[in-house]
Amino acid sequence: MTDAPILKVVDLSKLFGGVRALHRVNFSLNPGELMGVIGPNGSGKTTLVNLITRFVKPTSGTVFFKGKKISHLPPYKIVRLGIARTFQMVKPFYNLPAYKNMIIPLYSPRMKQLASGRYGDRDAVALDLLEEVGFERDAFVAYKVAGALPQGYLKRLELAKAIALDPDIFILDELFSGLSLAEVATIVPIIEKLRMAGKSIIMIEHRLKELFRIADRVIVMNFGEKIADGLAAEVMASEAVKSAYLGTEAD
Amino acid sequence: MKKRKERIDRGIKVRSRDIFALCSWREMLYLAAPRLLPVVVCLALPLFLGVYWQKVLLSVAVFALLAISWDILAQTGMVSLGQALFFGIGAYFAGALNHYFGLSPFITIPAATILGGLVSTLLLLPVLRLRGIYFSMVTLIIPLMLVRVIEATKVFGGTEGLSGMTPLPSRWLELYLILGGLLLVLFGFRRMMNSDYGLVLKGINDNDRSVINAGINIYWFKIQALFIGGAIGAFAGAFMTHVYMFVGMPVFALDYSILPIAAAVVGGPGTLAGATFGAFLLVPLSEALRGFGGLRIVLYGVFLVVFIVALPEGMFHYIQRKYHQFERWVEVEND
Repeated sequence: MTDAPILKVVDLSKLFGGVRALHRVNFSLNPGELMGVIGPNGSGKTTLVNLITRFVKPTSGTVFFKGKKISHLPPYKIVRLGIARTFQMVKPFYNLPAYKNMIIPLYSPRMKQLASGRYGDRDAVALDLLEEVGFERDAFVAYKVAGALPQGYLKRLELAKAIALDPDIFILDELFSGLSLAEVATIVPIIEKLRMAGKSIIMIEHRLKELFRIADRVIVMNFGEKIADGLAAEVMASEAVKSAYLGTEAD
Repeated sequence: MKKRKERIDRGIKVRSRDIFALCSWREMLYLAAPRLLPVVVCLALPLFLGVYWQKVLLSVAVFALLAISWDILAQTGMVSLGQALFFGIGAYFAGALNHYFGLSPFITIPAATILGGLVSTLLLLPVLRLRGIYFSMVTLIIPLMLVRVIEATKVFGGTEGLSGMTPLPSRWLELYLILGGLLLVLFGFRRMMNSDYGLVLKGINDNDRSVINAGINIYWFKIQALFIGGAIGAFAGAFMTHVYMFVGMPVFALDYSILPIAAAVVGGPGTLAGATFGAFLLVPLSEALRGFGGLRIVLYGVFLVVFIVALPEGMFHYIQRKYHQFERWVEVEND
């Protein structure tokens, strides 16, 4: 299983003017793996996500998904192939009720491909999906306007929108940031469930403790370069990582 | 004792949101009346009006169509300042088809609607990626540019325009054609905007990156919205060509761009019904003020300012709220 990576990133680079945001990053993601991406602020983690999903055009380098090159495709086609992401800054449709937010991913051409042209009542599917990520049905949270929801629900809504697309790879950009420990504790089981369903997950995270508990593997970024790759414990022990990032964190 | 105002949804409103088991005529009327009102007004009003006010009603319907076209585009995140573009292209298509090929209005109007929608979409295709004010600027400039093209190259009669179009067979047919068209467009596209398809269009306005992230090609959806908006505007233009029996450079005039926006904003954007309501308010007002001569435009401007300041949500939203909710004063507890 592990010999054919589902996602392969080769020499991915991005220059913003003269600024080297990302420099020759290589890694591969195996099916069913949960990979964490960590690094100090400005180290290029979000840029990496934007390049893979092609919300930003790479300066050079290639991305392969299931052996096929995807780095030349427009972002919506990449989503249709099966890579869904969440945004660090949540992007709900603030004027719509939470469950209506779910209609747009459910309207996606990807859903039509998956369901071979047949799909049921989108409102009902939306409510079911939201209940799965913890929108209490009895409290009618899903009917509230997204703009009136607290951050914890918005993050979960963001995750639910990705789940609705039923992708093969989830890229979760700082899903835990801004959440309380209790809220994180409600999201972790959802992620565990996705893994059990065989999904591959990339998580960008600043909350290392929570991440290390669930991640199979971690890569560390610094100044746009990958400086370490391996098991959480190995990475933590590496001198380069300590000096670049973890060394500054009191232990 | 301190008091605060409380707004409560009417019981029927709450029940009818999901359940459709209504038992009394009163309740059914509550739901049907707002839908029946525009139908009855549009169908019955011409019977009570003189020839002059019938003409006014005609132009009300035309501006209402343009305002709806503007509103559909605005809801998709494309704020257009150039409804005159759609109107003018439709008008010239109908004029040219009638003048050069002698086709009957019953062929030129539908043909101009489709062709006008296509051509205006093609013209705006290169700027589809622009957002906000940049898109608006381009839509403002293109009709002004087309006027100069017609003036300089003398196509379609140049500054003289084309005249002697075939009129529609009767005054009544004219009136009911445009009013019927208006009702069809109003109810049809209101339904569309409330469907899941319309939700995607509104999503593009709200947060386009999130829509892309759902695997949806937003440019394809924007093209569809442009075609719809363009076709509605072109229909209005084609119709007016046969009413005036003339088509010339005035069809690209700024009036056709600005007045629909005023109508949609005063009426309440985002509902289509508000845009229609706004046109029914502003166009007759503009006619009624003719008695003031030169001061007409000043009074008109004052009216617009007062309305927009007093009811920024728009007339339609205000009326809708009053219809669905009642207000009462309640005492503030231990505060």
